[in-house]
Amino acid sequence: MIAAFARLAVLAALVAAAAFPASAEYGDVVLNHRSEAEGVRPVIFPHWFHRIRFRCKVCHSELGFRMRAGANVVTMKEIVDGKFCGMCHNGQIAWAPDRCDLCHSGRPGLKPGIQGGHSTLGPGVW
Amino acid sequence: MKLSRPWTTLLAGLLVLAAAAAWAQPDLRRWIPLAKDGLHDPASPGTRQLQEPRDALARLAADGAGNQVRWVQALERGEIAPRANLLEGTEVRLREDDILLNLNGGTPIVRFPHRAHTLWLDCSNCHETPFVSKTGANKLDMRRILQGEQCGLCHGAVAFPLTECNRCHSVPRASRGGGPAAGHVPAAPKARP
Ligand code: HEC
Ligand code: HEC
Ligand code: HEC
Repeated sequence: MIAAFARLAVLAALVAAAAFPASAEYGDVVLNHRSEAEGVRPVIFPHWFHRIRFRCKVCHSELGFRMRAGANVVTMKEIVDGKFCGMCHNGQIAWAPDRCDLCHSGRPGLKPGIQGGHSTLGPGVW
Repeated sequence: MKLSRPWTTLLAGLLVLAAAAAWAQPDLRRWIPLAKDGLHDPASPGTRQLQEPRDALARLAADGAGNQVRWVQALERGEIAPRANLLEGTEVRLREDDILLNLNGGTPIVRFPHRAHTLWLDCSNCHETPFVSKTGANKLDMRRILQGEQCGLCHGAVAFPLTECNRCHSVPRASRGGGPAAGHVPAAPKARP
C-alpha cells in the first residue's frame, strides 16, 4: 500500500517536472571554457532561435560545428576572424561580434554543456 | 423518433458549444521567461534584448515536450523556412525512404523516417558514425540511447526527447511478423513536395 503511494508520488513528481520544466529552454548550450575566467559572462547558444533560421546541417555539416557540447573550443579571436559563431556573426548574415552582451548573457558559475535537455525532460537521468 | 422542441434546442446548443470548443482550442503551452530560466543573468543588459522563446515559438505547430514545437511539422507546413545552406557549392541532399528497426523486440516496431531527418541534417551527420549505412548492420540499444548515444545524441538534447516512446515505436507489431532485425521500406511513389 505504502509502496503504491510512493510510486504514485514519484509518478506525480515526474509528470509535474515534465509539465513545468524549471529550467532553461530545451537545447540551450552554455559555452564557458574561458569566458568567466577572463572576466565576461558565460555564453548561451539557443538552438531554438537558430533552427528557425538555419537547418542543423548548416552549422553541423557546412560550418563544421562538432555535435558534442563542449567539443568546440571557441575563442573570441577566431570569432572576430570569421570562424565558428563568427561565420554568421560578422555584420552580414547576423550582427557583428561587438555586441558582447547578446552572447555573453549567462549567470556566473554556469557549467559548459547542453541545458534543458537530458537533465530536465529526457529519461537520461533515470 | 420525433424530438420535442426543448430537446432539439438543447441538442443544437450542445453542438454549437462543442464546435466552439474545438475551434477555440486554448494553447496551454507555457515558456519560461529568459530572466527566470536559471541560465540568463537577469542583471545582464543582453537578457532584456534577446527574444523570448514564447514570442517565437507560440505560433509554431504545438508539441507537448522539448521546445513544445513539432519542428518537422512546422517546417513541412512552411511556418518556418530555415536555410539549408550558406555556401554556394553545397549539395542539399534529401532522402525519402523509411527503415523499420527492432523487428523482433517486445515494444512496437520502430520506424526511422529518412525524410524528417534529412530535411534538417546532412547524410554525413550520421554516416558512417554513429550509424553505418547498411540496413541491419547497426546494433541499436535502448540503454545506450538513454545515455545519449546513437539516437540519443540528438533526441534528449535538441530533437524531441526520449519520453515520447510512441513517436518512434510507432508500428504495431501485429502488422508485421518476425524476421530480420531491420527492414528497408522504399519511399512512397508520390513523394511529398
Ligand atoms: C547556428 C548553428 C547551429 C544550428 C543551426 C544547430 N546547431 Fe547544434 N550546436 C551548435 C553549437 C554551437 C553547439 C555547441 C557546441 C559546443 O558546445 O562545443 C551545438 C551542439 C549540438 C549538440 C550536442 C549536444 C550535446 O548533448 O552534446 C547536438 C546533439 C546538436 N547540436 C544537434 C543539433 C540539431 C539536431 C540541430 C538542428 C535541429 C542543430 N543542432 C542545429 C550550433 C548549431
Ligand atoms: C556571437 C557571439 C559572441 C559575441 C557577440 C561575443 N562573444 Fe566573446 N565569446 C563567444 C564564445 C562562443 C566564446 C567561447 C566561450 C567559452 O568557451 O568560454 C567567447 C569567449 C570570450 C572570451 C574568453 C577568452 C577568449 O578570448 O576567447 C572573452 C574575454 C570574450 N569572449 C569577450 C567578448 C567581448 C569583450 C565581446 C564584445 C566585444 C564578445 N566577447 C562578443 C561568443 C561571443
Ligand atoms: C549559421 C549562422 C549562425 C551561426 C553559426 C551562429 N549564429 Fe547566432 N544568430 C544568427 C542569426 C541570423 C541571428 C539573428 C540575427 C538578427 O536577429 O539580426 C542570430 C542571433 C543570435 C543571438 C541572439 C538571439 C536573440 O534572442 O535575438 C545569439 C545570442 C546568438 N545568435 C548566439 C550565437 C552563438 C553564441 C554562436 C556560436 C556558438 C552563434 N550564434 C552562431 C546566425 C548564426
